[in-house]
Amino acid sequence: MHSVEPTGRKPRRVLSTRNIILYGFLIVAALYWLLPLYVMIVTSLKGMPEIRLGNVFSPPVEVTFAPWVKAWDSACTGLYCEGLKVGFWNSVQILIPSVIVSIAIASVNGYALSFWRFKGSEFFFTVLLFGAFIPYQIMIYPLVIILRELHLFSTLWAVIIVHTIFGMPILTLLFRNYFASVPAELFKAARVDGAGFWRIFLQIMLPMSLPIFVVAIILQVTGIWNDFLFGVIYAGTRNFPMTVQLNNIVNSSQGVKEYNVNMAATLLTGLLPLVVYFISGKLFVRGIAAGAVKG
Amino acid sequence: MNTSSSTATPSRLPAAKRKHPLLRNLPAKLAATPMIATALVVFIGCSVWSVVYSFTSSRSLPKEKFVGLKQYDRLFGSSRWTESIENIAIYGICALVFSLLVGFLLAVALDQKIRFENTFRTIFLYPFALSFIVTGLVWQWILNPDFGIQQIIRDIGFSGFEFNLLASREYSVYALVIAGLWQGTGFVMALMLAGLRGIDQDIWKAARVDGIPAWRTYLFIVIPMMRPVFITTLVIIASGIVKVYDLVVALTDGGPGISSEMPAKYVYDYMFGRANLGQALAASTVMLSTVLIILIPWAYLEFRQKRDGDHA
Repeated sequence: MHSVEPTGRKPRRVLSTRNIILYGFLIVAALYWLLPLYVMIVTSLKGMPEIRLGNVFSPPVEVTFAPWVKAWDSACTGLYCEGLKVGFWNSVQILIPSVIVSIAIASVNGYALSFWRFKGSEFFFTVLLFGAFIPYQIMIYPLVIILRELHLFSTLWAVIIVHTIFGMPILTLLFRNYFASVPAELFKAARVDGAGFWRIFLQIMLPMSLPIFVVAIILQVTGIWNDFLFGVIYAGTRNFPMTVQLNNIVNSSQGVKEYNVNMAATLLTGLLPLVVYFISGKLFVRGIAAGAVKG
Repeated sequence: MNTSSSTATPSRLPAAKRKHPLLRNLPAKLAATPMIATALVVFIGCSVWSVVYSFTSSRSLPKEKFVGLKQYDRLFGSSRWTESIENIAIYGICALVFSLLVGFLLAVALDQKIRFENTFRTIFLYPFALSFIVTGLVWQWILNPDFGIQQIIRDIGFSGFEFNLLASREYSVYALVIAGLWQGTGFVMALMLAGLRGIDQDIWKAARVDGIPAWRTYLFIVIPMMRPVFITTLVIIASGIVKVYDLVVALTDGGPGISSEMPAKYVYDYMFGRANLGQALAASTVMLSTVLIILIPWAYLEFRQKRDGDHA
């Protein structure tokens, strides 16, 4: 090692006041945000006697997975004791068709609004965007009547339709903005070659818009999985999604409260969106930034 | 909300002009039927229906017996509704102020070219992936008086320490604030960070050359430049606040007593629990009006901006 004159800017000291404040703030904030996750995990791995002795933060002395098994298999909702698995499969049954139908319809909407505008199309789109902000409460009851008339109320299809309707504003916006960035020449060339509405969509637009489909899927999977209101109103007791069942398990007032089972159940319900979140990373941020209005 | 479509021709092919106007562009119209139906039947139709029936005396089923503003009189005479309004005001102001403040500060901190930026961002944002039900239940447990924060502080030695939000009529709404902030602040941070990254870096160089300290640059240059981001964030948070429902159901269920009731829950309970449709619809109409009061000026501003410039 022989001394060489340093070039460039003086390197910043690692422990400057600025850095201490900056990282101090970030770390304290990070602890606050991580705390509930830690508490959930820790509580779900403790036995009830241990919970009664300690507090929410104390780590488990004896790790047990029994609460997880009970939450999944035999926790009681007040009606029956079959655990969260019922709600899980209901949620899956709601999720898959809702995601497919809502995205299929919204992508075609976005495509039509970008390339095939017709008289009034922008008006409908504006109404749709307003719909994203209107409180659901104003539309809930008439929708119940409509679905009842269609003999769909209290079925899986009712929830699927409702998710499609209320997901439409933001998804349509997402796809419209995406297709707006596609060069018009591409569309014109296809038109000159004689391709029609569906052919251009299926053979040209679809293959080149996979990234935006991924964003839409992330958005819808987390949104629909986390829904409570529509599930509780439209699905009917037999089809209650996982969030509704979870709330019934935890907040049902009968019997001794089993906090460890409750926390295991809560974690189980949050698992899917968390996994989607951790896997998707930046795409999730893109999705919520676009889907922000869903609130 | 770009409605200025006068430049877009209904049909791009001269050949199509010979067709009947309604048949022009037919596949697009057919494909857009679900959108048209949703816009007209659900968003306009259902809203209008609810507003109209809020003037009737409907109980468990809708009926056309109009009673004028009676439902609204009862609504604002009901202590539960006034409590709900007060609560949403407290919740709304706290959630807005703190999520904007903390979200912006976090975004600024993350924008300092720090290490582990991705890790920090992931940590702040993960609650946003979780549902309000999950959020509410976790915080119900953390705020549990026998095992949660109160007990921990007592265990340390402060045996008289009182922090029992969930059992307090006065403070239960702040439990909702704490949980709501935990869930949503990361999202505000993400929007703010995107806004900060969108700012021309030359501004920073110019400010440095002029010797302006960083905090002043933020306060007097960057924040004013981020006005559109702030306004959009504000509208998004506000419309989320009006809808708050699941969180209340999971965390406090409106209690103790009616101390943490919210308007959306009032609507749901009167609609499905108490079979008092007229009341529920009057309450939801009030909610709608509130949202429109926030929304229309914003849409107007947004619309004007987009007409002047390109997409924001």
